[in-house]
Order: sequence, then C-alpha cells, then structure tokens
Amino acid sequence: MSRFVMVIDTRRCVGCHDCVVACKTENSVPEGYCRDWITEEVHGAFPTVQLEIRSERCNHCDNPPCVSCCPTGASHVHERGGVVLVTHEKCIGCKACLAACPYDARFIHPDGYADKCTFCIHRAEKGLDPACVSVCPTHCMHFGDLDDPEAEVSRLLNSRPHHVLMPDAGTKPCIFYLT
Amino acid sequence: MIALTALTELTTSRHNPLVDPHLHIWEWQIPVYLFFGGMVAGLMIIAGVRLIALRPQQREALVCCTIGPLIGLVFLSLGMFTLFLDLSHKLYVWRLYTTFQVTSPMSWGSWILLLVYPALVSNALAHQPEAIPSLAKRFPILVTVSDFILARVQWVVGIGIANVMVGIALGIYTGILLGALGARPLWNSAVLGPLFLFSGLSTATALLHGILVLTTPDEDRPAFADFLLSSLAQLTQARPLDKNVGPVLARADNGFLTIELALLGLFLLGQLTSTGIHQQAASLLLTGPYGSVFWVFVVGLGIVLPLVLQSLELQNRIRHTIAPAVLVVFGGIALRFILVYAGQESHWFQL
Repeated sequence: MSRFVMVIDTRRCVGCHDCVVACKTENSVPEGYCRDWITEEVHGAFPTVQLEIRSERCNHCDNPPCVSCCPTGASHVHERGGVVLVTHEKCIGCKACLAACPYDARFIHPDGYADKCTFCIHRAEKGLDPACVSVCPTHCMHFGDLDDPEAEVSRLLNSRPHHVLMPDAGTKPCIFYLT
Repeated sequence: MIALTALTELTTSRHNPLVDPHLHIWEWQIPVYLFFGGMVAGLMIIAGVRLIALRPQQREALVCCTIGPLIGLVFLSLGMFTLFLDLSHKLYVWRLYTTFQVTSPMSWGSWILLLVYPALVSNALAHQPEAIPSLAKRFPILVTVSDFILARVQWVVGIGIANVMVGIALGIYTGILLGALGARPLWNSAVLGPLFLFSGLSTATALLHGILVLTTPDEDRPAFADFLLSSLAQLTQARPLDKNVGPVLARADNGFLTIELALLGLFLLGQLTSTGIHQQAASLLLTGPYGSVFWVFVVGLGIVLPLVLQSLELQNRIRHTIAPAVLVVFGGIALRFILVYAGQESHWFQL
C-alpha cells in the first residue's frame, strides 16, 4: 500500500507560478483553465499581519466527496497511492463532482468531461515527481508516500507544524502546508 | 481607542470558467428539471392514492385526476430532456445505466426515473378512456386494455401502490440530489428532500385544480375565453364534474402548502442554528442578494397568498378562480431556481 501526498512549505513559496506553467505544459491544460493555482492569504490585524502564499490544487482527499457523488464511477480512487482520478470515457459531464468539491478544484474541460490535477500519476508510476514539484525553483514542494516512514514527506510532517485546507469539511485532504 | 478588526483577504490566480468567481455550473436546466420531477412525483402520488384509498364512486368524482399520469409522462420527458441539455459530455449519457453507484444520489435518481415510466404508463393506460374519451373512441384497443386492468382489483391496487412509492422516492430524490452536496452549505440539509416532495405535491394539486377550474363552464368568464376553454373541455369530452371536487383539491393544496411552509421554516432554522458557514449561507436567502426574490416570490406569492386565497374560497367569501393554482405553480418554480442559484454561491469560506 502507498499513500501519495504533497507537502508544501509556505515559508519558501514565493508565488512564482512556475508550478502552474509546468502543469499546463505537462498535461496540455487548455488555455483559460488551470489544474493548479497560487493563492495568497493575508490575515491578522495591523501590525501583526501575516501573508501565506500557497500553491493549490486537488487535495486528493482520503474521503473524497467528488467520488461518492459520481453517478457513473468516472471519478474514482486509483489503486496506486490513493490518487483521485477521472476516467474521461465514463464522465457524462453532470458536474455533480464540481458541486461536491469544497475546494473548487475541478473544472469542465472544453471536450466536456470533468478535469483536475492527477498528481501527474503517469510520472509518479515511473518514480518521478509531479511536474509542478520538479520545477519548483525554491524547492518548497515535496511529493512522496506517507505510508513510508523514511520518506521526506513523512519526516517533514513529523518535524514541522502544518495544516490542511478546510479541515472542517471532513474530506481529509492529502496536501499539507508547512507553516 | 481604535478597535482593530482582524482581516482575512484571499487572492487567487485561479480563473476556471463556471467555477470562478463563484460556482455557476448549473443554469436554468437543473431547476426546471427539479420542478418537473417534483410535479411528476406529486401527480403520481395523487393518482396512486386515488386508486388505493377511494371507493369507486369517489374515484368517479375525482375523474380529473386521471389526466395526471398522462401529463406526468409529458412533464417527465421534458424534465429528462432539460437534464440532458445540462450534460457537457452528452454522448456518454448511456454510462448512467451501465452501473449503480450506491453512494451517488444522481445514480439512484437515474434508476428511479426508469421506474417512473412504467408506473405512469400503467396508471395512464388504466384510466385513459376516462381522461381523454375522444382518443379512446378513435383507438378501441385503449378501452380493451383499460377494461382488462380495471377488472383485476389486485392489479389496480398494485399500480396505485407503485405510483405512490415511486412518486415519494422521486420527490424526495429531487431534494436529496442537492442536500447530499456538503460542499455547498445552503444545500446541506436533509430537510430539502421532504421540502421538495411537498412542494411537488402542492404544485401537482394546483395544476389539477387549475385544469378543473379552466375546463368548467363559467358564465362570468369573458365570452371568448369561455368559448376557448369550453372547447378544450369538449375536446377531452370530460364528464360533468362533481362540484365538490374543486374544494377537495383546494383543501388538499392548503394542507400541502402549510406543510411546505413549515418545512421551509425548519430548513432555515437548521441553517441559522448551525455553524457560521451555514448562517452565512442562510443569509443569502434571508437578507442577501436573493432575499427580496425569496420573500416575495417563494414565501409571499408562492405559498402565503395562495393559502389565504384558497382559505377564503373554501369559506365561500370569494369566487373560485385559477389565481391560487397559478401562484402555487410559479412559487414551485421560483423555489427551485432560487435554491439552485443561491446554493452555488454558498461556500466554505467564512467572510
């Protein structure tokens, strides 16, 4: 068994969008759409205002509502790494998965099917990092198997404070942000 | 001393069509589909109850209800067509029927819709000669089929039970379809199932009531309109109607509207006593951008005013007109439009 996760160090991310460009190139994401994006969150009250820059995408949740609501089984959890994927030939374009995702991580591809980040599963199966991780100039993104205690992602999560997005949504996301 | 307010500001580079700045994936097709689905559910339940619960003489009095299954077949087909229009990968629609996904309300719904057709067709066939006698005269086989079914009491009861059960499943499903989507706080309520069921029942009753009023000759009606409407009645060669039928439908509609109003109140109460995110979602309807439309068209004109008008009609204080029926039907449409649009705007970010 393996559980692919992504760990992103928000103290290193500068929001350069290299990950976004790499994803669009690697996965031929159509113009005007994106599978990953940069979010800047400013919070606090002056003078203790904090800025967090995050590279966001599908969270490949452990409890994915997009999979449980899919009427055709097109949205499914891949046997390798628990990655959430969409089989294009099974998708009818009902958009229930878009409504079910609290992160709004999905979109309708111009060809009609639901599309989103795949954790570059075609690369991961060859032992490579996803395109976004491999190009990051600040090395703020880490990808690996959480079930392997020796993996870098496991060591980082054991040693650094971190959070996930919208934990109250109950989806158990698998992208962790180091703070 | 100046109180400093904590700030939270999100800036994103995401710009996906239909998703940003807020979700707007479902347009008019989905509320129209939900409306037709609810209406068909109501027509099935009414037609089914008529078969199960009423004695033959009472059934005769409620002959107008026999048109329900026929209208239901048309509305169901229209609803499924609008649903089909909404799909963005249309050529793969057949994939719905190659699997059953137990956790997906949409999968349940697609299979329930397949059960609706045979239930409606059997009910329509049993009563077709009563509903449209001119068609039965043209095609005598319809009378033979109807006589064959009606001669078997167990078949009649079976058809009635099937219509009631499938109708309830269909009506609740139209609400659960939205209620199961936890990512949209406004929809995330189990009350939506019964709310849409009773809204469907009230709109179906109003439709039958409206048809009854329209096809009953009326001396006070303008001559031209009366000519047109009585011609319609003659076309279907409807039998003379019992004068008590109108009040029966009005009384039933008042009951459904009262329950619908109570469920709407419970739905909002649930939202307002839940988390801040749910309270924020409820404010979209109560005071936010959908507030005026919600209070005026759904609550005021769609439920309260027809409830008052029908109560006055039943007390013989005002004339029996088609107005309450029209208001109820438009209220049912407005409820679904507002919930579908406002629900997509609700989200997990607390502002």
